[in-house]
Amino acid sequence: MQLSTRHLLGIKNLTKEDISLILSTAEQFKEVLQRPVKKVPSLRDVTIVNLFYENSTRTRFSFELAEKRLSADTINFAASSSSAAKGETLLDTVNNILSMKVDMVVMRHSASGAPHFLSQHIPAAIVNAGDGINEHPTQALLDAFSIKEKTGGLEGRKVAIIGDIMHSRVAQSNIYLLNKMGAKVTVCGPPTLIPKYIREALGVEVSYNLRETLEWCDVANVLRIQLERQNQVLFSSLREYSIAYGINRQLLDSLQKEIVIMHPGPINRGVELDSDVADSKQSIILQQVENGVAVRMAVLYLLANREN
Amino acid sequence: MAVLLNTDQLFATIQELAKDLSARHPGFEEVVFVGIQQGGAVLGEEIVAELRRQHPDKTIPYGQLDITFYRDDIRKNIIPPDRMNIHFGVENKTVILIDDVLFTGRTIKAALDVLFDYGRPAKVELCVLVDRKEHRQFPIQADYVGTTVKTGRADKVKLVNQEVVLIPG
Repeated sequence: MQLSTRHLLGIKNLTKEDISLILSTAEQFKEVLQRPVKKVPSLRDVTIVNLFYENSTRTRFSFELAEKRLSADTINFAASSSSAAKGETLLDTVNNILSMKVDMVVMRHSASGAPHFLSQHIPAAIVNAGDGINEHPTQALLDAFSIKEKTGGLEGRKVAIIGDIMHSRVAQSNIYLLNKMGAKVTVCGPPTLIPKYIREALGVEVSYNLRETLEWCDVANVLRIQLERQNQVLFSSLREYSIAYGINRQLLDSLQKEIVIMHPGPINRGVELDSDVADSKQSIILQQVENGVAVRMAVLYLLANREN
Repeated sequence: MAVLLNTDQLFATIQELAKDLSARHPGFEEVVFVGIQQGGAVLGEEIVAELRRQHPDKTIPYGQLDITFYRDDIRKNIIPPDRMNIHFGVENKTVILIDDVLFTGRTIKAALDVLFDYGRPAKVELCVLVDRKEHRQFPIQADYVGTTVKTGRADKVKLVNQEVVLIPG
């Protein structure tokens, strides 16, 4: 059994079997992370470069830790402190790094499609760690892993994705993945933050009513308002957004059932989630972070270069 | 395909192995059993079940170990991992590793690497059903051997459906 692809550019071009293979491999890596020695020698002879053209804490640490737990050698690159600041192009930077015999590239970039571009020009395996407003495949995989772990499966599960759908690569990757695995998806948020033809294009339900959406779902994946990607005013104020689409304790307690709360981080406390929701026992936000390492280990392990 | 051990012979051999194990470890004190995925885990289950039948008053811990992440041929072929389940400590214990077939010794070498990431056993012993002695590539030998067979380098020996078969290469 192997993945159908050499790179992980997005969930869009993965098959259902690919996703299942990554998730089941991640389960075994989660066991590794509970051992006294949380490390295996699998990628001892593999060198990985982490190219981060955009800020990141969680994802960068998570990838780095996953690489170290697999015994790979790693080098880190942050655009702000490198030759990119002197005007070097992406392709030049990567080719320079590859000439130092690097096998895999983990890349985050603010331009959608940057890893796809790279994959057509270089021989190394590429893992997309987030590209602009396109995809963030490992986040969707770790979200799916966490939903499966918490609720027992994905098939038929009702998942609401709430917030800034328009600018969210997490939303897009999650939608692709959940659809492929047979879950039902509703996106919810203010009309200005939900793409107009998303129902037709991606096959999800759309709701502008938070309470109705929460009544319907088993799992609520709550997103951050991506102010850094918005170049126009799409809602009047964060306070108003919070009143209409923020989740607080009172709202959760008034529901007929107990739903699971997820968030890819970073949380803007008091905007999309109140602290007493984010820190409650319904929330699996920190489990998501924990599972992220196991899922990324599985992705790197399955994509590691083969001789033939 | 030739049958090296039919079902009756297989279970007779398992009983022999269990007898040897009991003789060398009369009280089973500080002894734990670990089967190597996949064939060794199946065999280990049978051996430990037999031991538990013979010694109903003893607790005999048993777990499974998977070597996938420790293979030395990972760059040739990516293999999906099997379940690991070692729910007891191995620190200062006598660990009896169980595998179905001992061939080059590479699996056992990897299994020892896995084991030491769980702790530092006082002693490790190896119990195998079939020994293909002439093909060893490492200085590894078994403490308990069910049967020794002469095979060609390219042959495959497998435990399937309660029989040990040889598939000529």
